[in-house]
Amino acid sequence: MKTILVHQALIPNPADAPKLCPFGAIAFQEGSVSITEQCRLCLVCVKKGPRGAFELQEEQATSQRPVIDREKWQGILVYVERYGRSIHPVSLEMIGKAHELADKLGQPVYAVVAGDAVAQVVEELAHYPVDVAYVYEHPAFKDFRIEPYTAALEDAIGTLHPSAVLVGGTNIGRMLAPRTAARVRTGLTADCTFLDIQKNGDLDQIRPAFGGNIMAHIRTPNHRPQFATVRYKIFDAPSRSPQAGQLAVVHRTLREQSLHSAVSVLSETPKGAGVFIEDADVVVAVGKGIGKRENIGLFETLATKLHGQLACTRPLVEDGWIDPRRQIGLSGRTVKPKLIIACGISGSVQFVAGMKSSDCIVAINNDPQAAIFNVAHIGIVGDVFSIVPALLDKLAKRG
Amino acid sequence: MEILVLIKQVPLDSNVGVDPKTGVIKRENAETKLNPYDLFALETALRLKELAGGIVTVLTMGPPQAEAAIREAFAMGADAGYLLTDRAFAGSDVLATSYALSQAIKAIGAFDLVVCGKQTTDGDTAQVGSECSEFLGVPCLANVQTIEVIDPGAVTLVYDAGNSFIRATVQLPVLISVDKDICQPRLPSWNRMQASKGRVVKKITLDDLADKNRSHYGLDGSPTQVVRIFPPEHETTTELWDDGDLASRLFSFLQEKKFLQELA
Ligand SMILES: Cc1cc2nc3c(=O)[nH]c(=O)nc-3n(C[C@H](O)[C@H](O)[C@H](O)COP(=O)(O)OP(=O)(O)OC[C@H]3O[C@@H](n4cnc5c(N)ncnc54)[C@H](O)[C@@H]3O)c2cc1C
Ligand SMILES: Nc1ncnc2c1ncn2[C@@H]1O[C@H](COP(=O)(O)O)[C@@H](O)[C@H]1O
Repeated sequence: MKTILVHQALIPNPADAPKLCPFGAIAFQEGSVSITEQCRLCLVCVKKGPRGAFELQEEQATSQRPVIDREKWQGILVYVERYGRSIHPVSLEMIGKAHELADKLGQPVYAVVAGDAVAQVVEELAHYPVDVAYVYEHPAFKDFRIEPYTAALEDAIGTLHPSAVLVGGTNIGRMLAPRTAARVRTGLTADCTFLDIQKNGDLDQIRPAFGGNIMAHIRTPNHRPQFATVRYKIFDAPSRSPQAGQLAVVHRTLREQSLHSAVSVLSETPKGAGVFIEDADVVVAVGKGIGKRENIGLFETLATKLHGQLACTRPLVEDGWIDPRRQIGLSGRTVKPKLIIACGISGSVQFVAGMKSSDCIVAINNDPQAAIFNVAHIGIVGDVFSIVPALLDKLAKRG
Repeated sequence: MEILVLIKQVPLDSNVGVDPKTGVIKRENAETKLNPYDLFALETALRLKELAGGIVTVLTMGPPQAEAAIREAFAMGADAGYLLTDRAFAGSDVLATSYALSQAIKAIGAFDLVVCGKQTTDGDTAQVGSECSEFLGVPCLANVQTIEVIDPGAVTLVYDAGNSFIRATVQLPVLISVDKDICQPRLPSWNRMQASKGRVVKKITLDDLADKNRSHYGLDGSPTQVVRIFPPEHETTTELWDDGDLASRLFSFLQEKKFLQELA
């Protein structure tokens, strides 16, 4: 067991010591500094703390960790999430990434599909870079239920011995991946934004921590498979090849006992479009620059086309043009969408406070000095009434 | 009805940064609070108790100071609290945390319902609940939005499956994690805080668990290892476009960034 030893005398400002630790594992109580259970042995205190104050102590291992046989674990397995007869796009994105990683090592890409009628899904998979598909087809897989689905993924892992397993960071994937990782007693890294693979098969996993303020690079060196979840739209989906490739399809059957579930699904209601601007992945925000009330429709159309929500600045609410629930800013709501397009907005401090942490900020304003350009990633100097209609035209042509 | 709620103490603000030059962590303060998502879990449990009767117990794994989180839960109405604390748990990742929690749950007793928050604001994995359910051998359901009916044998609820809302009945015992829209958490009450002042928070250590093998806990029991931490690269630079066919450029940009894909 490794521990951190604290040498109190070597700490000039003990009260400041807790600030050193990203995991909040340094406590200062009753005049002395100690390391708490939160410690992740990241060694920041050893490396960056007062000289010699924090020392890594390696005790004799209480139990020798079994060394895994990396040769036995090869290939990358992707859990294919399906809804009805379609494949969730995050699964295709992971197939793309799995292919890229597996190619580096000359290893195969495996896919696991479960459902009550999956022929169409399997056919579709053949157009993507997958070598082998393990198929679990049974009425018990009609709806997602944790027990049979875990049994299927466990069966595939137990038979194929993949080096890594990728699962989409969807609501379903976030139930299935931990459940299965716990069953096979391996590590799981959530919401990876970057994945790479070493020659020996070790997966380099990078994920944001502390609300994105810190990035953590994680490995699972002594366990297989290495489990990771990936959110939708992080990786690129490979292009669909017009011809179906050489996909080996293996139909698997599980024991009746494994198909049993304590869950019975009563009904399923498809989701409508979100009504809250906070929940939207895409926001089109409008300001005084749109001129008059009649112009709102144009931007509403853009929002709909992008599967997003319309939002606005305060003056538009004050004028009664738009519902107050759509106001962004200090006295409105805070949004953090993947994309926000600010149209005719000057970028006042009060407005910016409610949207500055959005992933991608595009601003269209005809004043090159507008403050909004200080926070925008893409600043478009131009007239919203020439740009937005032309953009809608292109979106319409695309279908 | 025996209900257990898993709660965690988290840093007050996640506003920590890494100095890009020195690699030193900058943290504004070292204060803590109860994970905001766990307030919804606790509120759910308290309402179920009001409906169906029973006892609400809270459990947290953390340093001795995490007792404060349990005291806060008392002030909201929890009946009993346990603190799982031992140096042997230091360095726990999701697997080791979930395993330790499941061992503690088994040591405390049998529960009809275990309720977790959607995620923590520090670990931020939304995985501990599901892993725990596996070690407990009970089914799990995440993103629960509404609990419609609860009776001695089963619970009927609605959960968010991503593309749809699913209404399902689950036989008890079950572990659920609840979404933040499920209810409005009540405020801690001063009266209850006063009344629960003398109540003991029971400590659970490695010795109290059925599996006392140290290598299953803490760093030794954690398959994942943090290789390094570093500051994210911020794209604070603005790309200014002021000439050419701006609409076409914007269209290509949206396409390239995958904003034109069908959302699923
Ligand atoms: C206490 C307090 C709280 C506030 N809270 C909020 C809040 O929560 N949210 C909020 O939004 N505001 C808030 N405000 C108001 C805020 O200070 C600004 O007045 C407001 O945000 C400005 O809105 P705007 O950008 O739409 O309008 P303006 O500042 O008038 O900007 C319009 C912009 O459109 C551009 N434009 C004009 N025509 C075109 C065209 N054809 N094409 C492209 N661009 C064009 C102009 O160059 C200009 O930059 C608050 C103010 C106070 C005092
Ligand atoms: N150390 C802990 N002690 C008790 N419960 C926890 C702990 N860590 C996580 N949980 C529970 O698991 C949920 C998900 O946490 P996480 O996987 O860290 O996002 C939380 O909302 C809590 O209900």
